[in-house]
Amino acid sequence: MVAAAGLEGQELELWRGDRRLFTELSLAVAPGALLHVRGANGAGKTSLLRVLCGATAADEGRVLWNGVAIAEQRLEYHAALAYLGHRDGLKLDLTATENLRFVLALRTSAADRDIEETLVQLGLAGASGLPVRALSAGQRRRVAIARCLLSHAPLWILDEPFSNLDAEGRAWGHACLARHLEREGMIVITSHHPVDVLAHAMTALEL
Amino acid sequence: MALASPAHAFILQVRRDLRLAARRWGEAGNPLVFFIIVITLFPLALGAEHALLQRFAPGVLWVAALLAMLLAQESVFRSDYEDGSLEQLALSPQPLSILVLAKVAAHWLLTGVPLVLLAPLAAYALYLPAEATPTLMLGLALGTLLLSLLGAIGAALTVGLHRGGVLLAILILPLAVPTLLLGTQATDMAATGLDPQGPIYWLCALLALAASLAPFGAAAALRIHLE
Repeated sequence: MVAAAGLEGQELELWRGDRRLFTELSLAVAPGALLHVRGANGAGKTSLLRVLCGATAADEGRVLWNGVAIAEQRLEYHAALAYLGHRDGLKLDLTATENLRFVLALRTSAADRDIEETLVQLGLAGASGLPVRALSAGQRRRVAIARCLLSHAPLWILDEPFSNLDAEGRAWGHACLARHLEREGMIVITSHHPVDVLAHAMTALEL
Repeated sequence: MALASPAHAFILQVRRDLRLAARRWGEAGNPLVFFIIVITLFPLALGAEHALLQRFAPGVLWVAALLAMLLAQESVFRSDYEDGSLEQLALSPQPLSILVLAKVAAHWLLTGVPLVLLAPLAAYALYLPAEATPTLMLGLALGTLLLSLLGAIGAALTVGLHRGGVLLAILILPLAVPTLLLGTQATDMAATGLDPQGPIYWLCALLALAASLAPFGAAAALRIHLE
């Protein structure tokens, strides 16, 4: 049997206290595909994303990356993964450039030029020397998205990436998603805003 | 593109934490101020009687150092946990135990090393014989690093709790007692003209044990909190 490329969840089940968030949940994300996880507040969208990241262990079932369980290849899987959570994961006392440089250097040697170019695209050209503390919530979110862009990771798992972004920011975010899919990237996303990119590559999952 | 090696990741993490500390000087200085306050209070309370202070000096110096280190431990992982950076570190393609070890190393450079450098002055204030000062500094260098490693386990276990400081002290104190006893004994022996090699070697052995086990324990505790 040929191992399936991409991300696969098999019969996942997760409990929080005595409440079952989901059960027998199976999903697959192939290269070039986007999975939009939808559901009401508290339905377990974030929990599902964290299970897919390997941050939380599912009570039943398993998550496979390229056909191998992620628990057996944590470092390889995390090298292929860029995760954006509720919190931006930025140090407020460092500048946007310093923040990105550190996180990216843990993966590969990211060129400073790439970081600066991306910050210019983000409309943060003048702010790259300021501590993140001085940026607005929307600007911080953009820096956090830039981290995914620059990571060269094929799989993006994004939890409400467009929160705090204005209309222009969301348009830019959608363009990023579309470009990533064109390059055979994979995206799992939760968003209260409509996600309108390449309809044929998109599947929705209701929780 | 090749992945950064764990050794490189270690250096990057130490540099980042030192840079962050440089931007917030006040916090890094707290334990040192605490150490100085305790040391200066003893001569005030006991009186400046030479023989009395000299007899108590090793114990006082080590208790003050131990408490200063415990006080500082709470903050090792706290800010990274609260702003989501720790989540990013845990999901990075680097072993979390290496990053934890790097954070402990950076924390020790900021708290333990200044304490060791200040020790001769504190020893002088308590009339510790001058020939015991090198032993005190060596013992404190080993001991503070050991306490940083042990404290990292406690800090990782209590990172999600508000006001986890007291709980951390209760968790870590039993583990920290051997360090206190060995350190005091070594300083005492040197002050009375004996060879302090025995307790110093014991400190080295405990340090090797803690350095090889504590990062894994702390990393596992952090992953539980991140679930």
